[in-house]
Amino acid sequence: MQMAATTEDRSQIVAKLTALAKGFRVDIIDMLEKAGSGHPGGSLSVIDIVTALYFHEMKHDPKNPKMADRDRFVLSKGHAVPAQYAAMAGAGYFDKAELSTLRHIGGLQGHPVNTATAGIEACTGSLGQGLSIAQGMAMAAKADGKDFRVYCVIGDGEMQEGQIWEAALSCAKYKLDNLVCVLDWNKAQIDGYCEEVMPLLPIAEKWAAFNWNVIEIDGNDMEQILDAFDKARATKGKPTFILANTVKGKGVSFMENQVGWHGAAPNKDQAKQAIEELSRT
Amino acid sequence: MSAKATRQVFGETIAKLGEKNPNIVVLDADLSKSTKSDIFAKKFPERFFEMGIQEANMVGVAAGMANAGKIPFICSFSCFITGRFDQIRLSLAYSNANVCIVGSHAGVGIGEDGYSQQGLEDIAVMRSLPNMVVIQPADEIECASALEFLADYEGPSFIRTTRQNLMAVHGPDFKFQLGKSDTLREGDDVAIFATGGAVQGAVQAHEALKADGIHARVVNVASLKPFDAEAVVDAAKSCKGGIVTVEDHQIIGGLGSAVAEAMAEAGVGARLLRVGLDSFGESGTPEELYRHFGLDGAGIEKSVRKFLGK
Repeated sequence: MQMAATTEDRSQIVAKLTALAKGFRVDIIDMLEKAGSGHPGGSLSVIDIVTALYFHEMKHDPKNPKMADRDRFVLSKGHAVPAQYAAMAGAGYFDKAELSTLRHIGGLQGHPVNTATAGIEACTGSLGQGLSIAQGMAMAAKADGKDFRVYCVIGDGEMQEGQIWEAALSCAKYKLDNLVCVLDWNKAQIDGYCEEVMPLLPIAEKWAAFNWNVIEIDGNDMEQILDAFDKARATKGKPTFILANTVKGKGVSFMENQVGWHGAAPNKDQAKQAIEELSRT
Repeated sequence: MSAKATRQVFGETIAKLGEKNPNIVVLDADLSKSTKSDIFAKKFPERFFEMGIQEANMVGVAAGMANAGKIPFICSFSCFITGRFDQIRLSLAYSNANVCIVGSHAGVGIGEDGYSQQGLEDIAVMRSLPNMVVIQPADEIECASALEFLADYEGPSFIRTTRQNLMAVHGPDFKFQLGKSDTLREGDDVAIFATGGAVQGAVQAHEALKADGIHARVVNVASLKPFDAEAVVDAAKSCKGGIVTVEDHQIIGGLGSAVAEAMAEAGVGARLLRVGLDSFGESGTPEELYRHFGLDGAGIEKSVRKFLGK
C-alpha cells in the first residue's frame, strides 16, 4: 500500500503521514485506556516509524495479508504493539472497532501474535528475537532472488539481549541489504533510563563496527524517517541500522521521557487530557 | 542385523529429501560434521546455511525463513538447541513456524564428552510446548521414514538423533506414523515401553526373559508427542506385571512421564517402573554408560526381573 509518489511531492507525503501518526497516537491512548494496561511510552515513541512503514515504505496489501513477496515488518519490541495495531487498523487490516478489544479475552493480544492477527508476521514480546526472524526472511528473499524487503524495529533496552548481537554479526555475514533494523531509541526501559540500567553507548559505533550501514535520525520526524528508508534502499552489500532518536511518550506532555509511562495505562482522566493535547497540536 | 547412528540417517535422508523438495533448507551452528548436516551441505551448498555458534539466532532465522516459504531443518546437539527454549517457545512453537529442530547427540549414548554435551532434558522441555511434535526414532528405517513424514508436515517439530549406532528393530517396509507406537515383541507378563537408543536393549531383554518363560511386550515409542495413550492403556490392562519404561533421558518429563500421565488420565492403574536418568550424565564409553544407567539389554532385564520379583 504505497502512496502514489508521482502525484504528490515530498512535503505533501510528509504532511499526510504526520497527520496519520497523530491520529494513531490518539488511538493508542484510547485503546490503552480501554485495555487498562499496556505500554504507552514505547508505542508513542515508535508510531511515526510504524506509520511510515505501513503508509509509505512497505509493499503490502491489507486485504491479502499473505500476499506473495510482500515486504515484511517485525516489531521485535512487541510491547509497542498498540502502535502496530493502530496503523494496521488504519490501513484496513481489520476494523478500527477491534482496537477496543486490546488485552481483553478473545480480543487483540497484548503482544504480537501471527496466529491470532492476520498481517502480523511472527510472535514477539520476549525481547531479542525479532531481528533474527527478520534476518531469516531477508535470507529467504536473497536465496530465492526475490526483491521484497524486511523491516525490524527493536527497542533500546532490547539491545541488552545477547541474541541481538548474534543477529547483528549474522546479518552482516549474509550482506542483507534487503533488511533494515530500526532502533527506537527512546532511552528508557522498565527499571529506569537505559544508560543507568545497562549502558548502550556508543550505539552507532557498535553497529558500524558490526559492519552495518548506520543512519542516525530524529525518529519522530517523518521527513527524516523517509529519507533514511530511501538511503537504506540505495545501500548495497550491507544491512542498514537506523538509529532513531525518539522521545518516549512522544506527543503527550506528561508522558514524555517519563520512565513510569513505559508500562502503565492512562486512566480515563489522563486519557482525556492526552487526547485533548494531541488534538490541539 | 545392520546398525546405524540416526544422526547419519538424518544426514543421508535429508540430502535425499532435498532433491525432491527445493524448499528444504538446512541450518547448522558449527556442528555440521557431528550432526551430519554436512552431507546436505556438500550436495546443496546454496541451501545450507552455516549460522556459527549462535543457536538462539538460528532458531529465529529459521522462523523467518519458514515465514517466507522455506522448510528449515535446524541442527545442533540436542542439549544446545533445546537450551534455547525461550526462542523455540515463541519464535517457533507459538508462531506455529514450519521448522524442524534436529537435536543430535541424544543422551548418555554419546559417551566420553560427558553431561555438558548430552541431551537429557530435551524431550521433557519440547514435550511441554503446544504445537510441538516430538519424535525419537529407534533405528535407521524408522528415522528415514519419520524424516520423510516431517518434510511434508507443516508446523514446528523436534526430532532427536543419536551419535551411537542403533541396531535395526524394524523391517524395511516399516512406516513411521505420528501418534502411533509400534509393538516390536508380543507378551502379557509385563510391558516394556522404550524409545530411541534404549529400544535395542528392550528387545534384547525380551529375548533373555523369554528364555526364562517371562513374556515381555516391547513397545517402541517414536512419537512422544502426540503420544499413543491407547497402547499404554492396553498394556496396563493386559500386562499383569505392569509397565517398565526405558529411555536415555531423565525419567522426569520424558517417556516415563508420558506413560504415567496416560495411565492416570485413563484411570487404569498398573505398576510402573521408570528406567532412565534421575541424575546428571557423565563421561565413559557409550557401552559403559548404558551399562551404568541400566539402559542396555542386561540392565533392562535386571530391572524387569526386580520389578516382577522374578
